[in-house]
Amino acid sequence: MSDPAMPAADHDHHQMSFWAQYIFATDHKMIAKQYMFTGLAMALIGGFFSYCLRMQLAFPGIDVPGYGMVSAGEYNALVTNHGTIMIFWVAMPLLIAAFGNFLIPLMLGCDDMVFPKINRLSFQIFFLSTIVLLASFAVPGGAFGGAWTAYPPLSAKAAYSLTPAGSSLWLLAVALEFVAFLLGGINFITTTMNARAPGMKAFDIPLVVWMIVLASIIFMLSVGPLVAGAIMLLFDQVLGTGFYDPARGGDPVLWQHMFWFFGHPEVYVVLLPALGITADVISVFARKRPFGLRLIIYSAIGVGVLSFVVWAHHQFISGIDPRMANIFTITTLLISVPVAEMIFLYMATLYRASITLTTPMLWALAFVAEFMIGGVTGIFLGDSASDIYFHDSYFVLAHFHYTFFPIAIIAVFAGLTFWYPKMFGRMLSETLGKIHFWGTIIPFNLIFIPLFVLGLGGQHRRIYNYQHFSDLASTGFQDIRVFATIALLVLLGFQLVFIYNFFASMKKGRVAEKNPWRSNTLEWTTASPPPHGNFAGAFPTVYRGPYEYSVQGRESDFWPQDVPD
Amino acid sequence: MATGQLAVWWVVASEVVIFGGLLAAYIEYRMAHPAWAGHAAHTNVVAGAFNTFVLLTSSLTAVLAHQAAEAGNGRKAAKLLGCTMSGALVFLAVKAFEWTTEIQAGYTITANSFWSFYYTAAGIHALHVIAGAIIMGFVARDALAGRELHRVELIGIYWHFVDVVWIFLFPLLYIAK
Repeated sequence: MSDPAMPAADHDHHQMSFWAQYIFATDHKMIAKQYMFTGLAMALIGGFFSYCLRMQLAFPGIDVPGYGMVSAGEYNALVTNHGTIMIFWVAMPLLIAAFGNFLIPLMLGCDDMVFPKINRLSFQIFFLSTIVLLASFAVPGGAFGGAWTAYPPLSAKAAYSLTPAGSSLWLLAVALEFVAFLLGGINFITTTMNARAPGMKAFDIPLVVWMIVLASIIFMLSVGPLVAGAIMLLFDQVLGTGFYDPARGGDPVLWQHMFWFFGHPEVYVVLLPALGITADVISVFARKRPFGLRLIIYSAIGVGVLSFVVWAHHQFISGIDPRMANIFTITTLLISVPVAEMIFLYMATLYRASITLTTPMLWALAFVAEFMIGGVTGIFLGDSASDIYFHDSYFVLAHFHYTFFPIAIIAVFAGLTFWYPKMFGRMLSETLGKIHFWGTIIPFNLIFIPLFVLGLGGQHRRIYNYQHFSDLASTGFQDIRVFATIALLVLLGFQLVFIYNFFASMKKGRVAEKNPWRSNTLEWTTASPPPHGNFAGAFPTVYRGPYEYSVQGRESDFWPQDVPD
Repeated sequence: MATGQLAVWWVVASEVVIFGGLLAAYIEYRMAHPAWAGHAAHTNVVAGAFNTFVLLTSSLTAVLAHQAAEAGNGRKAAKLLGCTMSGALVFLAVKAFEWTTEIQAGYTITANSFWSFYYTAAGIHALHVIAGAIIMGFVARDALAGRELHRVELIGIYWHFVDVVWIFLFPLLYIAK
């Protein structure tokens, strides 16, 4: 009946061939790194796209260095794929797949995921999806340009989108990506439920694992309708059905419901792991147990439940019944309560703590501060009355960049700089880390605060050239666009510091000890980097929760989970 | 719960929302278009009812296979899984017959939105039948050699799910007028 020893079978420490170690790896740490490097490479591509499209907006018609002239069709493809890549090929693989794969078995004290081969299949399908998406740029007509939300009829009819092959490849890539994350999610959930170290009870699981597992469950329960919807859209594209065509008994708003029934929970799918990473980092560098530890978990569950009933706030101007809009306004404003609660708990954790401002801690604190701006501006958009004015403006764009940038970039940097010593066995340079931090955070705000102003001024999203609109072509507006674009160039330039730090430290960084941050969780009890099989045969037993810092009456200010009383 | 069971249940949970989304969309459209009752009248209710019977019987043999596997009788479990796979084949053959006659009568996937849903929903379901039958082949091969007997139950859980989806599809697509 049961198969408890499934992953343990061939996990002795032995020399493996190149193919077994890198290409067909089943080791969760290698799969995590594969996801991480793919995600980081896609982040560079997504960043490059934002550079091209911002240059076009600031200097219309310019020969963009490194790209060339951006045509109107290319502009649409760049905007669409910037969004698609940053959410599905950066936030998801980095926050869920990379950190989930690396941390879950290590933090739970086991040797691997319970289904290592399914884990490998998950990455292979993900990698295939990446190739399909990038290949869509090379097909006749170019890549899909109907926005990352792919609303029909633009996405359904080649006569409108002008990208017959690109639209279908985009859909195929996204569908493959979903399959990859469904397979990965099953591993995360079952591993966390069934493979914990002896003695590890539910509340002894570190928050980052809690959050990644909750995110996997939310993903699994919300993505289904979009999978069905994507098949219907594909049939509309290639077979000529009329699921979304009102002339033939269909309805384009159906796609919007199916997309956002997944699309809004998806925000929390990536937000929760980011909150988990920052909670762990803040707790370690505040030397304090997170204030209201259980409340953080209960709030996250509350967020997860509420996230299923807010989706139609994306459709306030799609012609839905205003009474329905009122209901979704209420649920949307409700969901800000548990999220705000978590942010307050994080701030309370800092109160009278002994804080060390290391690079990971700076990123974690920046996440809390910047995400709050994203959250507060969301209130205006969640309210149907004000959303009618703000809809599809740069206010919306700035708002969701203030949520997604902290999630997909700031929290990822918090996690990468924090677990880098465990991943690669070396320390990153703190000086370069801090230069990179300030070189990212300051320009980030300089990009997006001006965009709030433009949005309030009535500037619409997804416009190729604002000079074509007399009311938006004023020099005052154009100066703001140029300013935001220059800030973006500065931000992108400072990423070179990180890339240098990341690769140079792998070779020249100070060798990391087992537990450089004096942390309590189990991944720090094994070597850096951990051997194949993780704990060299001596699996830990858990005696307490993961956050016993500065416990009174103890000489050392931390108390690892695996140390007997 | 055993790890394998847990994983299959999570697979089923994620599949439930896929079919749930599809059928919710279908029901919404159906209520908005009373004329679809006329289109549905052209489906072959007898063939659909026969297929329902075939799938239910194949689920029964899957349960008996689980019972045999629990008793450690891999050989018997493999034979019973063979019966279930034959059921899947019969189901697909009837489906092929139905679709052929319907397409020849002009009721193609693009005829109107009812037929679009008909082929899409039944087609996705048929893919699940095919996938389940193939995986069942591997499980039966192992069971015959007395290996991995716990997997007989796991493929059974999945098969019951495929069966239950059809229990929803049959009345919604064929019977409801």
